[in-house]
Amino acid sequence: MINHIDLSSVLRRTVCDLYSDLVTRPTGAAVRDGIEKQLTELGARTLTVIDFSHVGLLDYSCADEIVAKLLMRYGGVAADDLPPREAYFLFRGISDSHLDAIEAVLERHGLAIVAQPDAGSVMLVGRVADRERRAWEAMCRLGRAAPVDLAREAGIEPDQVTEVLDALCRRRLVMHFDEGYVAVGSAS
Amino acid sequence: MTTVLNVPPSLDDKTFETVLEQLAPVAQDEKVLLDARHTRWASPYGLIALLTLAQTRAERPALYAPESEDTSSYWARTGFFTFAEDLFELAGSVPRTRATGESDVLLEITPVAKSEDVHDVVGRIQQKSQAILVKELNIDAKATMGFAMTLSEACQNIVEHAGRGGWVAVQTYRWQKRLGRRVVVIAVCDAGVGFRQSLETAQGRPRSDRWDDGMALEEAVIRGVSRFRDPGRGQGLAGVRRYIGRWDGKLSVRSGTARIAIVPSWDDDVPLEEKLPYFPGAQMQITIPERITDR
Repeated sequence: MINHIDLSSVLRRTVCDLYSDLVTRPTGAAVRDGIEKQLTELGARTLTVIDFSHVGLLDYSCADEIVAKLLMRYGGVAADDLPPREAYFLFRGISDSHLDAIEAVLERHGLAIVAQPDAGSVMLVGRVADRERRAWEAMCRLGRAAPVDLAREAGIEPDQVTEVLDALCRRRLVMHFDEGYVAVGSAS
Repeated sequence: MTTVLNVPPSLDDKTFETVLEQLAPVAQDEKVLLDARHTRWASPYGLIALLTLAQTRAERPALYAPESEDTSSYWARTGFFTFAEDLFELAGSVPRTRATGESDVLLEITPVAKSEDVHDVVGRIQQKSQAILVKELNIDAKATMGFAMTLSEACQNIVEHAGRGGWVAVQTYRWQKRLGRRVVVIAVCDAGVGFRQSLETAQGRPRSDRWDDGMALEEAVIRGVSRFRDPGRGQGLAGVRRYIGRWDGKLSVRSGTARIAIVPSWDDDVPLEEKLPYFPGAQMQITIPERITDR
């Protein structure tokens, strides 16, 4: 099941119903807290669309509090911190100015997201190794794919493809099903 | 005894130092009178630095308002006297005019103390900055969001680190002497703890032989070091640096006895100035010049 969280609604509900800009750390922390509360009501394995479409400005501090900290918590990046659930995110409605702030914080933490700019196709944003990016893009073209097909499509050695897929799964950029793998966002 | 401090005819970030030089030998609880009668022009930095200076005094200082009607009227329209009347004993002719939202004052002098103030500042600046940055400074429409982000991060520096409220003002003007172009200037000043003391509160900060205001500014402004252990901290000033780099702007930050600057090719400022007269808190100025386009 795909869940949808409209960030501007979370902002208005958790901080102030007059705000449309995501600025300052306290605001970002309150919005992230609002997102996490919604996530607790969902299943153990979820794909959530975090929608920026109605957000005006996003500054670096807020991008760090919302995007980076959400990924670090649910991607299991933080040391000694197991993710509370298997949560995948697709960041939608991202404008060029949102992207500036998001790219900066992802770069700082070595993180990556699947983003869908206004009316655009999905793309990887942040720090991703070339092999991982090739595999993810190949998966978008193939849809659900088995490792052997993916290795061929992405030009990756078959004995290395499992390692690449493990890394993408750990970073929550790819979902693993019994029969294969699907890139987050490719079927949303 | 009251010590008279002369406010220079043209008051900006550089000439404000002459006020601080006069102030340096004066005891903190001694009364001072800032004589601005002959001041003809003031940058947003100059105006909010005067308010900040007043905040640092134990004894409420006096201020003689500019004699020039144009000047004092302009100061009134920036909102200066609204706050000055609480901080100074005002003398001379003080116009009753309030801030009017005139076009070159992008943001009247605004107090910043908490996160909500930053929301307010960002909300107010966006519509006005869009028109001015694009039409008058030939800056890409996309850059206006970056401008608001820069303003947001600069103001958050007060909220997160100063330990007390500060001021922000944004203005455009023609910088004839140094540049011959229009500029938009963000000025943010506070009389809080300053960068050195803020960083000293960080746990596990490596001690080095050299530790002073200059080094604290290098750490925070150039290397993005923050007093917080959270590795995501320190990105605000890094973002400000990226923005000014993209638009050929200038950033200068003064704190304590030092001043650091990211200097673009059009300016001849020095990257680091030390042994300045002590002034509490942090004072930041961001200058974005008009873009010269091929027509």
